[in-house]
Amino acid sequence: MTTLDSSKEIQKNNSEANETHEDFRMFGLITFLIADGMTFAGFFAAYLTYKAVNPLPDGAIYELELPIPTLNTILLLISSATFHKAGKALLKDKNSESQKWLFFTAFLGIIFLICQLFEYFHLPFGLTDNLFASTFYALTGFHGLHVTLGTLMILIIAWQSRIKGGRLTSQNMFPLEAVELYWHFVDGIWVILFIILYLL
Amino acid sequence: MTISIDPQKTNNESLQPKGWLRYFSFSLDHKVIGIQYLVCGFLFYLIGGTLASAIRIELASPMSDFMPRDVYNQVLTLHGTIMIFLWIVPVVNGAFGNYLIPFYVGARDMAFPRLNAVAFWLIPPSGLMLVASYFVDGAAQAGWTAYPPLSITTPQSGQIIWILSVLLLGGSSIFGGINFIATIIKLRRPGLKLMKLPMYCWAMLGTSLLVVLSTPVLAGTLILLSFDIIANTGFFNPVLGGNVVVYQHLFWFYSHPAVYIMVLPAFGLVSEILPVHARKPLFGYTTMVFSIMGIVVLGLVVWAHHMFTSGTPPWMRLFFTIATAFIAVPTGIKFFNWVATLWGGKISINSAMLFSCGFIINFVFGGITGVALAQVPFDIHVHDTYFVVAHFHYIVYGGTVFIIFSSIYHWFPKVTGKMLKEKLGILHFIITFIGFNLCFAPQHWLGLNGMPRRVAEYDPQFQFVNQISSLGALLMAMSTIPFLINVYLSVRNGKDAGDNPWNALTPEWLTSSPPPVENWEGEAPLVEEPYGYGKEITEGK
Repeated sequence: MTTLDSSKEIQKNNSEANETHEDFRMFGLITFLIADGMTFAGFFAAYLTYKAVNPLPDGAIYELELPIPTLNTILLLISSATFHKAGKALLKDKNSESQKWLFFTAFLGIIFLICQLFEYFHLPFGLTDNLFASTFYALTGFHGLHVTLGTLMILIIAWQSRIKGGRLTSQNMFPLEAVELYWHFVDGIWVILFIILYLL
Repeated sequence: MTISIDPQKTNNESLQPKGWLRYFSFSLDHKVIGIQYLVCGFLFYLIGGTLASAIRIELASPMSDFMPRDVYNQVLTLHGTIMIFLWIVPVVNGAFGNYLIPFYVGARDMAFPRLNAVAFWLIPPSGLMLVASYFVDGAAQAGWTAYPPLSITTPQSGQIIWILSVLLLGGSSIFGGINFIATIIKLRRPGLKLMKLPMYCWAMLGTSLLVVLSTPVLAGTLILLSFDIIANTGFFNPVLGGNVVVYQHLFWFYSHPAVYIMVLPAFGLVSEILPVHARKPLFGYTTMVFSIMGIVVLGLVVWAHHMFTSGTPPWMRLFFTIATAFIAVPTGIKFFNWVATLWGGKISINSAMLFSCGFIINFVFGGITGVALAQVPFDIHVHDTYFVVAHFHYIVYGGTVFIIFSSIYHWFPKVTGKMLKEKLGILHFIITFIGFNLCFAPQHWLGLNGMPRRVAEYDPQFQFVNQISSLGALLMAMSTIPFLINVYLSVRNGKDAGDNPWNALTPEWLTSSPPPVENWEGEAPLVEEPYGYGKEITEGK
């Protein structure tokens, strides 16, 4: 995170029709992410309950391969750092450098998705094979949807930062900060998902 | 960076349609959006009420002779879903919240006006989609709870439309919740402390916390359920190894708090109305605030008391019984505070006051049966009988809908600048109160004697009591007529209300009726004590 609240000043401008107030958009986004986190919490709770209460018959137990998800975890953690770099660069008005870091972050996100698809195609089970398979695809698929949306948003703000004096400048950091917070959230969810689904 | 609110840009009156047409436009004004919520909700209330009348006509005789059984199940499901997701939740939160909260925090609009409009405009299409599903291939039949495996095995296109519609309405409610939290916490005018806020703000803050924390869980659950229906996965299908109890846990993790999402705003509204018409300050402001927060915390951890017959282990039953019984404490605090507010006040008998008092009476009755239902042996005896139906309607109709009408009578002068006619209002109250109690009080007896709910046919021994209940339902349906006549006549040629007909002290009454687009001409007034009614009584006014 570069700066969470860009300004704490309440500008007093009491012309009758025009009033300004502090920027609450980040606050709204955090509230939304709490709600989004609760969706994942529901899925995790369902998965853990199934694991505890509905044990699979012996023949239906799958060992998940660890290399690809471990690689994916590392990719996402690196992408969090590169996104942070992009914010730092934009704060110093280095637009093209910021843009490079953003494209690199989006690239890591795309690699993550390709790895996930690769994993899907090489798994020995399909969506409807059994309860574990269904929950596996529901959890990773829902997270993959979040990564897809995040990657698209990164590409959009990277495009915006291309335009000098455009919508993304060191004075208007909000789009970048918002996407960055979302991206960190998606990374954090992945770490929890990785621990619960692959390691437990 | 700061955000600029420029009402002249967003709500330029010369660009917006005038008169009633502006309620059909994509307005960003919180007052217009509030009225849109209310009117849209009321239209769905009429649809849901018609369906309820159909249910009671069917139940007036023991055989299913008024409609086929599967149609009965569809009507039942639509009635529950419409009343909860399209009438009560949008109206007590969206309508009154949008209209009042910006006034109470001293703002010119909500924190996110565009998000606000999006949240409203999700409702009419998804509601119409839900109603239209009846004409496509039969609506959903599994009740408003959509328990699997029933919801998986009944005709599926209606169920899928039901899921889509509830997902959209849940999204609308989450967007609204985010907006309310941001408005109440962040948009208060400088100098307005949290403990000086009117009670309704606290109620909406608690409600919005519940919305944000629990609605997404329902969304996730319904997504899994739709996978079960569309893709033949087995999350909740026992045949494929799934677990129906997991669905119940996840569903009630939302739907128990949903009761508080419906009732907490009503608590807030009644706390605004009683002091005005009793000319006394609200008794025990601080305890009222803490009891709301207590209800929020406890409300999130008691969901499994809906599942005592679902094979829950004894420790779980014990925990959820105790936690549920504890909710009676903050609720009781609120009840006694309302009574203490009335005690020794200069009570004016008008429609708003009558509906509020009706609320208190009904709500205590519903609350007591609720504590009874939290006890495992009793719950096992009356589970899935009409006792539960009666308890639920005492809370949700006798509680919330009475307060919706009370609030309409209280704030109608502010919204339209005209007074509602008191005689018609009192007639409306009398018919509603008698009809309501005639309809739902006998259902306690039916439940205790074992009549199951959600059935079109029943044992002939219950016929007489069911007919009394159906008579009450007919009265409730008729009670809408004087109300509609009242609104029509008052808007046409009602008495002019003036700015503050009730001599109330909360901030919305300090502006003109109806309020201007930016709420206030010039600086927003700062109300030090929204409940400072004591002076008048000591001065003997």
